[in-house]
Amino acid sequence: MYGWIFRHLPGPLWLRIITSVALVAGALFLMVEFLFPWMSQFTQFTDSTIGAASNP
Amino acid sequence: MVLQEKVAAAAAPSTGVVILRKSVQIVGELLITAGIVLLLFVAWQLWWTNVASDAKQSEVIKDFARELGGPVTPAPVPSPSASTPGTTDYGTPVVSKAPGHGGTIGIMYIPRFGENYTRPIVEGTTADVLDTLGLGHYGNTSMPGAVGNFAVAGHRQTHGAVLDNIHTLVPGDKIYVQTRDGYYVYVFRNNRIVMPSDADVLLPVPSQPGVRPTESFLTMTSCNPRFGSQERIIAYSLLDRWQPTSAGPPAEIAAQVARARGEG
Repeated sequence: MYGWIFRHLPGPLWLRIITSVALVAGALFLMVEFLFPWMSQFTQFTDSTIGAASNP
Repeated sequence: MVLQEKVAAAAAPSTGVVILRKSVQIVGELLITAGIVLLLFVAWQLWWTNVASDAKQSEVIKDFARELGGPVTPAPVPSPSASTPGTTDYGTPVVSKAPGHGGTIGIMYIPRFGENYTRPIVEGTTADVLDTLGLGHYGNTSMPGAVGNFAVAGHRQTHGAVLDNIHTLVPGDKIYVQTRDGYYVYVFRNNRIVMPSDADVLLPVPSQPGVRPTESFLTMTSCNPRFGSQERIIAYSLLDRWQPTSAGPPAEIAAQVARARGEG
């Protein structure tokens, strides 16, 4: 899969390396910004409030 | 030559085998990807959220401290025979008005948690406050210095881990709250472990429904055990004294107050 993507990137080798680094960085950014905050609702670290005032 | 042909013939797989191989490879790469994503998530949750929240919170503290007036050095003792610093009675504490959701109420200094422990206290206990801004004030409880219960929540782990060391408080430990109007010195009294549904700890007199308060409580709530949330750990403190902003900070935290304002 990743090999296929790398082979189908346009341009010479150096450009393809730069493009793939950028793609990985973009994926990391999307994960930190959207995926991980969403996933954190399934962990238990962040329940520190009590009673009726507790957030869901 | 003959040998090579034989090898080539044996290695040429049928279309079905090719598809199977490709599928296995793709599934394998996806599983490896999922594993890496989960490891990254653990790193983000346990490490990066602390880095991000610490940065955001020191920004909030800097902004708040810059707005404040008043001296950053403790008021001098009038004469040697006069009372020792910190025992001057400034009368009934002035109580600040509660800001809107997300507004900064003040700064909390807890020397037991480390000399540099300064965390913002922000109005509200929803995730947007607790996850980035620090200690969240329960909106239905009193403000610092008021008769009743000033209750705040904070994360034990992740997102700054503002109350990570809540179990290390020793009775008699001082907890300093700085607001626009002054400094409120609370003295830690005891810890309690309760169930997450036990909202009675937030009552004006904790755990005593219907009782009229005569004292000023500080109640801090966080999750318990560490890295879990089956219970809540509660820390009760009582207001000992207060002093207005014009009197300067209590001598014990003068250095931290100056540092919070960027003058230390």
